[in-house]
Amino acid sequence: MPEGNAAPQVARILRHGGYETRAMLRNGEQLVLAVVLPVMALFGLAFTGLLDGVADRRIDAAVPGVLALCVMSTAFTGQGIATGFDRRYGVLRFLSTTPLGRAGLVFGKAIAVVAVLAVQLVVVGGTALALGWQPQPSGILLGLFLLLLGAAAFTALGLWVAGTVRPEATLAITNLVWVLLAAVGGILIPGTRLPAPMQPAVELLPSGALGDGLRAALIEGRLDGAALAILLVWSLLAGFAATRWFKWN
Amino acid sequence: MPAAEPSLVVDRLRKDFGPVAALNGRMVRVLDGISLSASPGRVTTLLGSNGAGKSTTLACAQGLLKADGGTVRLLGEDPASAGSRLRSRVGVMLQDGGLPPSAKPMELLRHVAGMYRNPADIAALAERLGISDFSHTTIRRLSGGQRQRVALAAALAGNPEVVFLDEPSAGLDPQSRQTVFDLIVELRDRGLCIVLTTHLMEDAQRLSDYVYIIDRGVNVAEGTVSELTARTSSDADARTLEFSARPGLQPPLWTDGRSVVEVSAGRYLAHGLRTPADLADLAGWWQQLGVFPDAVSMQPRTLEDVFLEIAEGGTRA
Repeated sequence: MPEGNAAPQVARILRHGGYETRAMLRNGEQLVLAVVLPVMALFGLAFTGLLDGVADRRIDAAVPGVLALCVMSTAFTGQGIATGFDRRYGVLRFLSTTPLGRAGLVFGKAIAVVAVLAVQLVVVGGTALALGWQPQPSGILLGLFLLLLGAAAFTALGLWVAGTVRPEATLAITNLVWVLLAAVGGILIPGTRLPAPMQPAVELLPSGALGDGLRAALIEGRLDGAALAILLVWSLLAGFAATRWFKWN
Repeated sequence: MPAAEPSLVVDRLRKDFGPVAALNGRMVRVLDGISLSASPGRVTTLLGSNGAGKSTTLACAQGLLKADGGTVRLLGEDPASAGSRLRSRVGVMLQDGGLPPSAKPMELLRHVAGMYRNPADIAALAERLGISDFSHTTIRRLSGGQRQRVALAAALAGNPEVVFLDEPSAGLDPQSRQTVFDLIVELRDRGLCIVLTTHLMEDAQRLSDYVYIIDRGVNVAEGTVSELTARTSSDADARTLEFSARPGLQPPLWTDGRSVVEVSAGRYLAHGLRTPADLADLAGWWQQLGVFPDAVSMQPRTLEDVFLEIAEGGTRA
């Protein structure tokens, strides 16, 4: 038997993806980060003049940034912290001795990120539609693709942090970075609205690129090539770093 | 019992850790040529004090760590590069458990079982190990011994052919320990290859078919429990007799390797006794001093004697 007593690989990965998704959704703090804060941000931006001029209507200007924030919450902060503590408790070591293996673990986590992201998309997108959100139809598919690419980049970044420092440090770093990038990382507020000296740096951040790319797609139905390229580079760099330096124990 | 083809063969295994900052960035050799083999239907024990290299040896045997030298063959494959097929035939219980604190035992066990084509009967396993009583309590809230039983069940979830158990009795109360030991013996009798580590002599003595004593990353002795306890560095047949009498007895002036030592007030050990005549000499000495001991016992050597002898003498096999 080529697989011995192992269940088929796809079944193992899907099963672990489901398991990780339930674990993430059961975690209260994670839900606050994943759903409550983005919805609060959505209301904040939709009912204030912070983004006036970015799009014709405030809600249309707000939603792309909030979706980008969802990606960062789930893929980077939430998943990074969970992985950091899994590493501390030896969970990664144990599961990597089962037929799931290390690759299966990472794929399972990626599935969980996408699944939680889907839940966020439904909640945030649904709320936004109720508030009158009208995304540019021609940009919706591109927007979904950018969300997935952003999830890949931030998952890799989260795994890189979680796999190299202590879980307490992962907790501190990913939360701090989340707050910083949410505030001045070009996610909710476009880089062009930030002080001029910061702008070039912000555009090169994965957060800035994801925010800009999503705004171009969902507001104008346009592909922002620079943002796409920057996100791709971040995914590859962080993916390489995580693979290279991840310590399993 | 004729030994079957070994399931695990470790040959001159070397492992370095580091670089260690406290040592000016030098590497530390944790394993320096460990060799061992483990066969189906046997409990093979790695015995050593904490830090001797037992867990590192297991981690290399499981493929969690890559060897820096020597070879590991597990069921005929190199575990460091093997895939899910090999992993599906091997169960692992880690020393720190490896259990997610927020999970519940049954949920976790069913998840792990889902990784296998033909998993064990999880409900029966949980019943057997007494996990059913706390199957829906989060692992965070379990005692050390309860977690230990969940970790054992998780190692057995895939009906493995080889089971690695790192300190399986740590934190267990006497009753759980008996349950766990009974299960280990039953699995052995079913033909599983069981490899366990312990720093507890008593566990090694009760469970093992074959023992490797390792110290500071090298093999120092190996054999069955009876072989090891029969072995001494100077004399194969010397016995020790323990007796209690009034404290402060003047020891006899023997010069041929026999001696009497007062190990605590009123408790004495007579070492190096080989023949009935030696016992008669001892009784003669009692007679001289007008002593009639309260209690006398002569016990077989334990693994602990062997271990202490090796640790003190620094003899390396």
